[in-house]
Amino acid sequence: MTQALVTVEDAALTLGGQAVLENVSLTLEPGRITTLIGPNGAGKSTLARLVLGLASPDRGRVIRRPGLTLGYMPQHLRVDESLPLTVDRFLWLAAPGHTRARRDALQRTGVAHLRRRAVRQLSGGEMQRVLLARALLRKPDLLVLDEPAQGVDVAGQDALYGLLGQVRDETGCGILLISHDLHLVMARTDEVVCLHHHVCCSGTPEAVSRDPAYQRLFGTHGMANLALYTHHHDHDHDLSGDVHGGEHHHGAHDHGASHDGGHHHD
Amino acid sequence: MGGTTMIELLAPALLAGLAVALVAGPMGAFVVWRRMAFFGDTMANSALLGAALALALQVNLYLAVIATCLVVAVALVGLQRQRQIADDTLLGIVAHITLALGIIALSLQDSVQVDLFAYLFGDLLAVDWRDVVVLWAGAAVILALLAWRWRALLSITVNEDLARVEGVAVPATRLLLMLLLALLITGAIRTVGVLLITSLLVMPAAGARRLARTPEQMAGFASLIGLVSVMLGLTLSWHADTPVGPSIVVAAAVLFGLTLLRRPTS
Repeated sequence: MTQALVTVEDAALTLGGQAVLENVSLTLEPGRITTLIGPNGAGKSTLARLVLGLASPDRGRVIRRPGLTLGYMPQHLRVDESLPLTVDRFLWLAAPGHTRARRDALQRTGVAHLRRRAVRQLSGGEMQRVLLARALLRKPDLLVLDEPAQGVDVAGQDALYGLLGQVRDETGCGILLISHDLHLVMARTDEVVCLHHHVCCSGTPEAVSRDPAYQRLFGTHGMANLALYTHHHDHDHDLSGDVHGGEHHHGAHDHGASHDGGHHHD
Repeated sequence: MGGTTMIELLAPALLAGLAVALVAGPMGAFVVWRRMAFFGDTMANSALLGAALALALQVNLYLAVIATCLVVAVALVGLQRQRQIADDTLLGIVAHITLALGIIALSLQDSVQVDLFAYLFGDLLAVDWRDVVVLWAGAAVILALLAWRWRALLSITVNEDLARVEGVAVPATRLLLMLLLALLITGAIRTVGVLLITSLLVMPAAGARRLARTPEQMAGFASLIGLVSVMLGLTLSWHADTPVGPSIVVAAAVLFGLTLLRRPTS
């Protein structure tokens, strides 16, 4: 049995008077891909921030393996217009060292041609790949990705998840993914944790998709419905029955806490 | 009057001004990137209060000013944690409280004839060789600390979350930046004065933005613009008998205006 990378034990966190997380436990192990799913504002990003050490729980605890190297790919990152910064310099911030390493990391995520480009000129999808390159550059023991497939087309998403699997196989790192794109993710994840302020259910993708708690949250059609839910909010009333009250507030906290811009990702 | 005489008479003023302008380049870049212009103003105003305290308590001017700037800076960071008053409102309040208190405290010094004007707008021509040595020593310290922590400083400027995940001591780095700003403002109080220092920070950096492709280039160009501004300002002051501090600011403004003619680089 390998030592866990990060263990979250009975963590609770209240932000702005709203209980964002309640009694959440989570174990992340080397070589495993764990996917966090849940409706908007369920506390997914907040839980990721606990894992990363960017936030502390009010109750419970988060134990990180000593000497753990983390790689983090935030949902969104905006560089101020006043700051001239090339992609190469942006990567240098994470790991100074040879240009070669930075070029390789960009090659890996398929954006080597962007190395001399200004960060501000990148499209959403290009930025995601550059952020992933920056996270990989540090050779992390644990890679945390918040909605990595945003702004990436379907073929790109497929490539992205393929790449994550490859990285896991090669380096044996653990991966924590926050995702809405369950069609693609389910097939490539070892464990799914369904979060709605508390852990509703967790286990293998097959087990979770059959779980009544999962079906209550996302509808009986499971994955198909979930994809619909995330993209068409007018169809979600039956999915979230008990969920609805205060959801928007949670949403605001969840995302506001995850990055300064308060940018929402619908 | 021959050129030699002018150089001889202006040498201390020129060297003092150059020391401040050199450091104001990279520091101004951070002020622009982190949108700290108003914060810099507030600290500069509190420098006046520090100068008044130095006279009242018969202590060293530089030490009293640094101490006052730092106390105000730390208090501001603490006050910004509360969410009742917006940051710029808070800065507007504190900036003018410290300015008012500083002027009142200076006016109460009946023992010495205090030249308030010199503190507000600087009196570069009054600096002696001892000041020159102190200013260059200060400049060397600031540049050394900037170089030493450059990557960390830049990293928290781009994104504090990523910086923290990557192991940067974010609060300590932020505090260092404030300490360096306090040091610079202390040096500036004798040269361009508390009311003009922000312009010497902001204008060269804003002008340099249009010429630079990397953060380092921007810092370097900002220093260059500052150095030329000091030389032009002193020359203007010598020939037209204008006050030195404002002449330097006008020179910087003209140079900034010239950079606007150039198409911005990304």
